[in-house]
Order: sequence, then C-alpha cells, then structure tokens
Amino acid sequence: MGPKVTGDDDAVIAAIRGGDEAAFVAFAMAHQAMLLRLAKMWVKNPALAEEVVQETWLTMLESLEKYEGRSALRTWVCGILVNVARDRLRKEGRTVPVSALGDPDEPAVDPSRFSTSARPWEGHWEQPPNPFPDNPEAHLLTAELRARIEQAIAALPPAQREVIFLHDVEGFFAEDVGQILGVSSANERVLLHRARARIRATLERHYEGSRS
Amino acid sequence: MSGRDIVQLTCKEVVELITDYQLDVLETPARVTLEQHLFGCTWCMTYLKQVERSVELVAQLRQPAEAPSGDPGELQQKLAGVFRQRKPAK
Repeated sequence: MGPKVTGDDDAVIAAIRGGDEAAFVAFAMAHQAMLLRLAKMWVKNPALAEEVVQETWLTMLESLEKYEGRSALRTWVCGILVNVARDRLRKEGRTVPVSALGDPDEPAVDPSRFSTSARPWEGHWEQPPNPFPDNPEAHLLTAELRARIEQAIAALPPAQREVIFLHDVEGFFAEDVGQILGVSSANERVLLHRARARIRATLERHYEGSRS
Repeated sequence: MSGRDIVQLTCKEVVELITDYQLDVLETPARVTLEQHLFGCTWCMTYLKQVERSVELVAQLRQPAEAPSGDPGELQQKLAGVFRQRKPAK
C-alpha cells in the first residue's frame, strides 16, 4: 500500500510495457484475490465477477500508456475495475439508484439516546454506550461476528459499502478511495462515517444481546 | 479570554466528528475541543473505543473465511492468456 507510486510500480510498469508476460502474470496473481473481492461488491455471481476481473486486466494492459503514475498501480487498477463493473451493470439495465449514497444527514447514533432536557444536559448521553468486552478473544473475528458484520455491510447503501470496503477492509488511504470511486474526499469521509456508525451499532446490538 | 469563547461540544455533536478525528482531518482548534470533551467524558470515550473495535474487526474481513479455491496454475494460464490477447496500445 502507498499513496504514491513506488519503485516497484515503476519496475513493473516498465517490464509490462516492454512485453514481459511473466511480470504481468506475477503482478496480476498478487492482486487477483483483492480484485475479485472488489468485483463481488457489484456482481454477486462468482463467474461474472471473475469475468469483470479478466476484463479489468485486459483494459489495464491496453491502456497502460495512459497510466501517468499519479497514483499507485494498484489504485489505478482498482479504478479500472470499478468502471468495468459499473459498465457491466449499466449494460444489464441496472443503474445505480440515487439512494445509493444513503442519507447524508443520517445521525451516527439514534437521536433518542441523547437528552432533550434543557442545557446543560441537552445533547448529552441519556442512554450511554457500554464498553465492548475487552478480553483477547473479543478482538478476533469469530465466524459469528464475521457473519453479522458481512450482513451489515451488505445492507449498507452501495456507496457506503464501497467506501468502507476499500478503506477499512482493503486498507486504501482516503485519497485513493476517493480517486477509485470518483467521489470527493469530503463525500468520501461522510460515507465512511455513516458506514462505520452502522457497523458500530450492529456490534453494539450483538454485545447487548449476549449480555442478558 | 472569557468563558464564552470556549466552545463546548455536546455528546451528540462529538459522535458526528469521530471519523474526521480518526482520519486526522480536523483543524487544530476543533481537534483540541473534541479531545477536551473526550478526555472528560467516559461515555464518548467508550463510543470512540467501540468504533475503533469495529474498524479493527472489519479489517479482519480481508482474511478470507475459507482458503482460496481454484488452482493457481490455472489462474496463471488464464492471466497469460489475457496478456497475449491484448491489443497493442494506441
């Protein structure tokens, strides 16, 4: 990971431009799994997702000359994949609904949990959060937690899902996420904020449920 | 400086600033105000820790639940095929 081009990227690009098949195959093998995970955000069917990834590689190879090195190669390839996947959906007549962004004004926490009494208490916790368990196991993603979180991410508005996936699962920097998805960094932060808030709420329900 | 110059955040406002705080994009005055609240408010600190835990767990989704299926040799062949299929640029 890196916000800017690394020396490795330069070497890989030079080799591929020079017709080095092995250099391409090695680079593609190293990124195949990530691109497949990403493709599945738009295309659920595994065979179709694989096609999207293949088309991404072909597009990358055929537009290598356009790569200016302003972002890391990996970031650039992800941007290509997003375009390929969205094109595919468009051709199937599935356009991205306006609600894909989700409600930008959706509060991070249910407003009824804050006091509405007069100052100084107004806006302060009335139903405060309880700390999550803090034993070593609680830091591990058990199968049950994985299922819960995956479900919660799947239920997010698409744009929020894309952002949390790239930022928090794949570990891209905020500026790269904005570039890949074609959203401003301010929008990107709002989307990430909403997504994280929803996942936190999911975990809270999970732990509150197992407390009793 | 009079007390009126000190901006106080409510907990409801704090939870909306958490992501910007985590991403370190708050300007210094806003960050200081937020930290003053956080270090004086156990509940908001708990909230921050909860979000941090969520981020930590979400990051672990990167590890696949099951071992990747498919034959690496087959994938290698497929990718080499894509390479040979490419049309020259321009």
